[in-house]
Amino acid sequence: MMKKTDICTIENSKITVNEQVIFESQAEFFSEFAKEAYKSLALNYPKFHKMDNLSKLAFLASEMILKDEDHSKTAIVLANRSSSLDTDFKYQESINSQDNFFPSPAVFVYTLPNICVGEISIRHKMQTENAFFVLDEFDEKFLNDYSEQILQSGKAEKVLCGWVELYQESYKAFVYLLTN
Amino acid sequence: MRKEVYITDYNCVTPLGFDVASNWNDLLQGKSGVTKHKVIENQDAFYASIIDSGKLEEEFNRFFDSAQKSKIRRLANDNTNFTRLEKMFLLSLKPLVERHNITDETAFILSTTKGNISLLKNQATLPEGVYLSSLAQKIADFFGFKTKPIVVSNACVSGIMAIAVAKNMIQAGRYKDAFVVAGDEISEFVISGFNSFQAIGSEPCKPYDKNRSGINIGEATAAGFITSHCEERSEAISNEKFSFKILGDSAINDANHISGPSRTGDGLYASIKNAMTEANVSAEQINFISAHGTATIYNDEMEAIAFNRMELQNVPLNSMKGFYGHCLGASGLLESIISMESALHNNLISSKNFEEMGVSQPLNILKENQPAIIKYILKTASGFGGCNAAIVLEKC
Amino acid sequence: MENLQTELKHKIIEVLNLEDVSVEEIKDTDPLFGGGLGLDSIDALELIVLLDKDYGIKLADPKKGKEIFQSIDTMAKFIEENRTK
Repeated sequence: MMKKTDICTIENSKITVNEQVIFESQAEFFSEFAKEAYKSLALNYPKFHKMDNLSKLAFLASEMILKDEDHSKTAIVLANRSSSLDTDFKYQESINSQDNFFPSPAVFVYTLPNICVGEISIRHKMQTENAFFVLDEFDEKFLNDYSEQILQSGKAEKVLCGWVELYQESYKAFVYLLTN
Repeated sequence: MRKEVYITDYNCVTPLGFDVASNWNDLLQGKSGVTKHKVIENQDAFYASIIDSGKLEEEFNRFFDSAQKSKIRRLANDNTNFTRLEKMFLLSLKPLVERHNITDETAFILSTTKGNISLLKNQATLPEGVYLSSLAQKIADFFGFKTKPIVVSNACVSGIMAIAVAKNMIQAGRYKDAFVVAGDEISEFVISGFNSFQAIGSEPCKPYDKNRSGINIGEATAAGFITSHCEERSEAISNEKFSFKILGDSAINDANHISGPSRTGDGLYASIKNAMTEANVSAEQINFISAHGTATIYNDEMEAIAFNRMELQNVPLNSMKGFYGHCLGASGLLESIISMESALHNNLISSKNFEEMGVSQPLNILKENQPAIIKYILKTASGFGGCNAAIVLEKC
Repeated sequence: MENLQTELKHKIIEVLNLEDVSVEEIKDTDPLFGGGLGLDSIDALELIVLLDKDYGIKLADPKKGKEIFQSIDTMAKFIEENRTK
């Protein structure tokens, strides 16, 4: 039987792990909240500041769960509704006008939702199975069924699984660890 | 005992044609979909593989007429507006839906990187159509799919992953069969982005070649029907013209950099190793590799390293990017289909535009079409975010 | 030239999201790449965009970027010689 452990929820400027509030901020905007969380949790990972908001959200949630442990056999399966639209919209703004046409590679690279998975993999050196799905709502059963397949086939021993949804100031992360 | 899962039907819509047969004929003759185009106003013309929009309209309108006469279920509203990409998706799925039933145990899996992204231009808010799940639902509703669409959006490995997801979810017992469709469309959004990465070549792309200078962007849609093999399905199986067993799959991240591949090919090597282990197939048994070969300096070099680490350097290999450009979310499925066609015709297609070896490790790159008996196919892909994917197919 | 160098340091910190780095910490002759700033290939591409956007310089050969971005000094010199804004 698959077990679900270490659940992290992030919404309304609050980070909760296994129902305990780990960090809370009065920040009005996600980017401020994320910066404050980063500082308060002493994450020490300068690349964090280059990430787009979706990646920051996914990163923060996964940091709470993965910590500094060995996750070389932990797969990553995440999903959301808005894909990378938050960054897509910002990138599009940089190319809307022919007179002010300055596409940014640093923004463009984040116009794919799976980049957040890549950021987590890089941070924790997880050369493991990973997947990103876009669904119209959080389908925990689907994600768990998919993760269970990965575990049963022996491709991983654990799966970092969950929902990382963000569009502008509307965001929610619900991420957890699945083990056999 | 794990269920065995097969691809038993497929179709594609590309600049080389609106069905597989037309594509195959052109490929055999070495005809490429890549030509010079001017897509963005203030920017130079460049090489890309683009579907003729006039022909697409014509083909789609014909389809819409015949759909009324066929058994395909439709939305009540005849006047639904479809975007250009949606028309491409509908056209590629149509023959498969006509030939195979949709039940409430049938999955609908859509692979795309950007979907209807061109709808974003000059918008102050997000139009509904840019949500990938809305795009998928619209296509699903047209044909009357009963299950919730699953969208795979994993950069350029999405097309291969869609096949893998179908196989894994069928083996999990969640579905009995699946329709998989993959697609991406040329857009100013994507072209400007790749340009900012200096990734677009100024000439028709030359995968693995000494003088390669970057990608050509392409667009296409491709569709496949995937089913499990058990007694109740034997009627469906006996109607097949062909079947390819999906023996193994894996998608491992490099954990190195979000835009550059691992210099030692770690993620691709691991994906291939895992897929072949699951398939119980050795390097000597692989008859053909359909590689990713985008014609960037780093990607092609990384692949050469990964293939050598797996001792696959002698296996006949090609990249299809010289024919189709890089079709992003469509590429993995489209190129798998062409691989299967190659196996059915006992004929491998050349790796177009390859002339002189330009990677540091040996590969057996097809310089011309080659007759061959193919039983085991390895298909690979890599993409932004450090992702990689590999599947092993067996011709049955 | 002094103002341009300081200006560049501010811009680099902002454009490349170097949150924890101050203008004082970047020396004019320090290597920008391979040094302590942790800049990577995407940052190099962003600097090419910066040259265009803020100084009107379109780099004909992006590979020249390696020479130009060696240090704040080399960058400033190149901009002085080629700027159209």
